[in-house]
Amino acid sequence: MLVVVMLLFIAPAAAAVICLLAPPAVARASTAICGAACLGLVIAVLPTASRHDLAYWGFLRIDALSVVFLLATSFLYAAVAVYSIGYLVHDGAHADLGDPGFTRYSRRFWAGLNLFAWAMLAAPMMSSLALLWVAIEVTTVVSALLVAIEDTDGAAEAAWKYVLIASAGLGLALLATIFAYYAGAQVLGQSYDLAFSPLLRVAAHLPHAPVQLAFVLAVLGFGTKMGLFPVHTWLPDAHSEAPTPVSAMLSGSLLAVSFYAILRFYQFSAVTLGPRFPRDVLLVFGVASLLLAALYLFGQRDIKRLLAYSSVEHMGILAIGVSFGAPIALAGVLLHVLAHAAAKGNAFMGAGVLVRKFGTKQISAIRGGLDLLPWSGPLFLLAVLALGAMPPFGIFRSEFEIVEGGFASHGNAAAAVLIIGVTVAFFGLAATTTQMLLQPRAVTAGPGHPPNSAPLTRGEPSAWMVIPVAVGAVVLIVLGVHPPAELTDLLARAVRELSGAA
Amino acid sequence: MAGAAAVAAPSVFSGTANVIAVGVLLVEFGMFRQALLRGQVRLYAAQSTLISVLAVVVAAARHLPDLYVLAGLSFALKVVIVPVVLRRLLRGLGARGEGPGWTDIAGSGSLSLATTVLVAIVLAAFGFFSVAALGIHSPVLPTTALAVSVAVVLVAFVLMIMRRDVASQAIGFFSLENGVSLTALVVAAGLPLILEIVFLFDLLVAVVVFGLLIRVHHGRAESLSTADLTRLRG
Repeated sequence: MLVVVMLLFIAPAAAAVICLLAPPAVARASTAICGAACLGLVIAVLPTASRHDLAYWGFLRIDALSVVFLLATSFLYAAVAVYSIGYLVHDGAHADLGDPGFTRYSRRFWAGLNLFAWAMLAAPMMSSLALLWVAIEVTTVVSALLVAIEDTDGAAEAAWKYVLIASAGLGLALLATIFAYYAGAQVLGQSYDLAFSPLLRVAAHLPHAPVQLAFVLAVLGFGTKMGLFPVHTWLPDAHSEAPTPVSAMLSGSLLAVSFYAILRFYQFSAVTLGPRFPRDVLLVFGVASLLLAALYLFGQRDIKRLLAYSSVEHMGILAIGVSFGAPIALAGVLLHVLAHAAAKGNAFMGAGVLVRKFGTKQISAIRGGLDLLPWSGPLFLLAVLALGAMPPFGIFRSEFEIVEGGFASHGNAAAAVLIIGVTVAFFGLAATTTQMLLQPRAVTAGPGHPPNSAPLTRGEPSAWMVIPVAVGAVVLIVLGVHPPAELTDLLARAVRELSGAA
Repeated sequence: MAGAAAVAAPSVFSGTANVIAVGVLLVEFGMFRQALLRGQVRLYAAQSTLISVLAVVVAAARHLPDLYVLAGLSFALKVVIVPVVLRRLLRGLGARGEGPGWTDIAGSGSLSLATTVLVAIVLAAFGFFSVAALGIHSPVLPTTALAVSVAVVLVAFVLMIMRRDVASQAIGFFSLENGVSLTALVVAAGLPLILEIVFLFDLLVAVVVFGLLIRVHHGRAESLSTADLTRLRG
């Protein structure tokens, strides 16, 4: 196992170095291979981690909870690496750059993508709250550069807002980490290094006030990166202005990794304070995020902003799910992390194809997608249905479990709000998507529509941009219809860890 | 401190520590009106110096040898390296020939200076008293220093919100980190040195990225002002 974990920790960083030095063809190949390899390595760790925790060299620690997040991240890493081969061609979008400019752009892109994946894979492997914070701060700065990479006015604005708001949030999260150290040091002595295992062992004896403070600061601080209302404001900007492969990773795994950090704080706070306080805090943020995002889904004009608000909605669902606290709800939350990564990755990648085809992000200009894109059109429709929690997709199963857990733990009102919010969000998402896919293209250019000089022909821009989406759709169906037994064992163990029973 | 303890005069140590902590807060207020990019970086260096001095004071009074190393490293990084890196990344930015130079971020406040300072004072007082009510006591430093450090963090937020130029916002974040360092000195003086070093290294990475993004912003907007950053909404 040591070799597997070591490779998982080193491979993406090595790929990033290769991308900086090697020509673009090698960069493409090594990123795709590294993404697939990381997914394979995580799957190799999976059976062991669902039996016992792994710890190496003092700073690496993998338990069932980490593997859930590693799985989501590595899956998206692999999918996005393949997708980017088709995305990053020398096309109209970068015609102004010229050949050397495009080479420089793609070198930065590939190296940044690998570094970003590395930081996100490293975060769930860290053994202590301090190192977890550092890894998440690294994800912020690397992804901020990736958001800025397009070098447009919008990208510069989005990147600045993102790095400033997220860093300020992480400043609060650092304060939370310091107070967690203070609480731990009261019991474990001054040389305590913020590792999870000893903290969990003594969690019942920690002083209350600092733990309360640490938990609220952590939810607010890491919640900024996770996109919880009211500190989500950077999220739609960054998601809409970043290159599409980066948007997919931001939405599917970056938000999830920040949620992982909140779960680590929840894990010990729930033991120290009793479940009531942390759950109430998460419920407030979760309900606010869900309702606000569900309403914002109506009337969006930009396809990527639409999907970004859908992410805020799903992060709200995760927070509400944890606030229910019942084991079935927690299992639903962890399954939701995986299913959301696959569904949102698919939706962003599908949207990327639409944007490429129509040459615009404006929803009003995208019409008749189903006719023009024989594969990506239906796949995008499936991804949106999956995001709206339609059966037989994974999100249906996970949200069903969360709602069931809500009723089981007497959170009837919250469960009802959850159902209403999800339904509203579904209608918002579905209304816009059907317009884009099903409504026929207007023959004459109306006001606000650019006149279509050349009629678009039926066909896919690139096969590379279809394959990962098709795989993602299969994964979503498998998660919804019959999750593999190994995965169910893993989730069960992670739920026991979260409820303090393992 | 109530009863008999209140009668005793504070020791030289706690007096010194509190004076330095308040100094950090005052420098933070100074950033509200700084008109020069270079001056803003200098204020940050001054604030960082105060924190390193406090670390040395604590190390000497409480016999925590690790803190000498931390003070040295933090001085080297925050007072020497970060300002140099920022100066290099931001060279040529700001006033373009007109005026005496560097008066590029004057008057970028979104409210008048007096209003801003009043808001900051109210928030600082709120932070000060709410922390005092938590009952968190530290073995190394007086609780007053903790309350001041939380006030620094809150005032740093006011700075980032009220000043509409990228340089002040970035420095606002770095000084927020200084506030957290001050908190860490009070309640986490025993934090293993290796973690402190990792935190400092992380700060350096953040500084470089902030510097790069300021360059990107300046390249597109031709100024350091954030007044034009209103395209993305909804």
